[in-house]
Amino acid sequence: MVIVGAGDCGVRAAVALRDLGHVGPITLAGAERHHPYERPPLSKTTLDNSADPLPKYIVTPERLATADIRLCTSVTAEAIDRTRKLLRLDDGSVLAYRKLLLATGARPRPLPMAVGLARCVTLRTFDDALALRAHLRPGRRLAVVGGGFIGLELAAMAREAGVDVTVIEALPRILQRGVPPAIAAAIHARHMAAGVVIRCGHAITSMVENETGLHITLADGDMLMADIAVIGIGALPNTALAEAAGLTIDNGIAVDDCLTTSDPDILAAGDCCSFPLALYGGRRVRLESWRNAQEQGALAAGTMMGQHDAHRAVPWFWSDQYELGLQIAGLADEAVDVVRRDLGPDAFLLFHLAADGRLLAASGLGPGNTVARDIRLAEMLIARRAHPPRDALADPGVKLKSLVVAESPAARHLEGVVT
Amino acid sequence: MADWVDACAAGDIDEEDVIRWDHAGRTFAIYRSPDDEYFATDGLCTHERIHLAEGLVMDDIIECPKHNGRFNYKTGLAKGAPVCINLQTYAVRVEAGRVLVQVG
Repeated sequence: MVIVGAGDCGVRAAVALRDLGHVGPITLAGAERHHPYERPPLSKTTLDNSADPLPKYIVTPERLATADIRLCTSVTAEAIDRTRKLLRLDDGSVLAYRKLLLATGARPRPLPMAVGLARCVTLRTFDDALALRAHLRPGRRLAVVGGGFIGLELAAMAREAGVDVTVIEALPRILQRGVPPAIAAAIHARHMAAGVVIRCGHAITSMVENETGLHITLADGDMLMADIAVIGIGALPNTALAEAAGLTIDNGIAVDDCLTTSDPDILAAGDCCSFPLALYGGRRVRLESWRNAQEQGALAAGTMMGQHDAHRAVPWFWSDQYELGLQIAGLADEAVDVVRRDLGPDAFLLFHLAADGRLLAASGLGPGNTVARDIRLAEMLIARRAHPPRDALADPGVKLKSLVVAESPAARHLEGVVT
Repeated sequence: MADWVDACAAGDIDEEDVIRWDHAGRTFAIYRSPDDEYFATDGLCTHERIHLAEGLVMDDIIECPKHNGRFNYKTGLAKGAPVCINLQTYAVRVEAGRVLVQVG
């Protein structure tokens, strides 16, 4: 068993293969020099200059050793020979596989005008975060290009470090993709209160750097100066290896609901793959999230071991900014109706319903983890394709757990997350 | 050592639910099971020090509100990735409507 990519997805798959009883060799090949670490802290706690800058390991080196998982770091997979079932690495080694899992992840989408500029960086790896945190000093000027999760989490951390922060978003609002307007507005307001300048609806027309800084010109002619800019305008799936091997690509490496590619001995999972989501009419989606990486890593291991479990988890995302925690379960984009439940002065939930009343998604924002429990319960309702009563959803006095039990009295156990 | 400490009233915790209890610089989670029994564990998830009391209790499982790490709160047993370290449990007894925890 060979796994390309030693992020959350690949490592989870490797460990799961052993847990499922695989006795043969497992090789995990990663491009980075570090022992595999979790990526979510990189735009959060890793940037905190008062905290320990060590990466948070997904599993300890001892656990990998105990599980007899061979880890190769600082290697890139160069080519797959599908006929002979061989994987060639850039250090010259060749690995034979029975099943190959591509967990190659995604890379930051480049902003063409920023390419080659020393003051323009991205945030994807631990080394990126280390380089960036050195710039987070009071009075430094940071431009965040792109008002998505990573950019905004970084903006919050930088502002707390006393950095002057400007967020530039080309679309009319921040978090346009996948986050409902009411939550985006609350997060926008929180950033404003912290002193972040947010410029929405502004395309960048030029970026020029010199010894005084980075000169950014916006479409309306406004100019701003920054010491450093972080480009956070989305990610692209790493598909080159699969593409060169002739595998089907469709907004990522195309896989079926068991994560098998167009080659039955090659699977793909996590950020790099697109898969049919049965819960939403079988539409093909690609998810860039920590939990999806985990779940698909585990699911891929099952498929590699000959199981035929289909992916059925509900998409789930979270973000932490300042004291606020945001969580979203499900996909809201096809919803036609939104029901709001207030949980207090600074916390609320939104339920996103289809025309027939089916709960498609739920999103929530509040201090710390205040919305977590309700989002988790909503996730169960979403997984069960429930049609909860609108007035019950709106009423904070009605416990969501009672709706879950009413929907499916027999199933009182936790489900929906692959473990 | 191993003192029994009065933590809360039995009615302070809903059935199949959990509350946070801070005591002597430490934080605990106290659970009431669907069968109306009481249990106590360390209050923070062993994965990323998240308060478990904001998580969801279903049957005998507590699920971390952040990353869905799960533990059996009766035994402290970690139920799989991303959690791999078990949760410390503490003895609990209910007397005269009060929940007492043996903090060791």
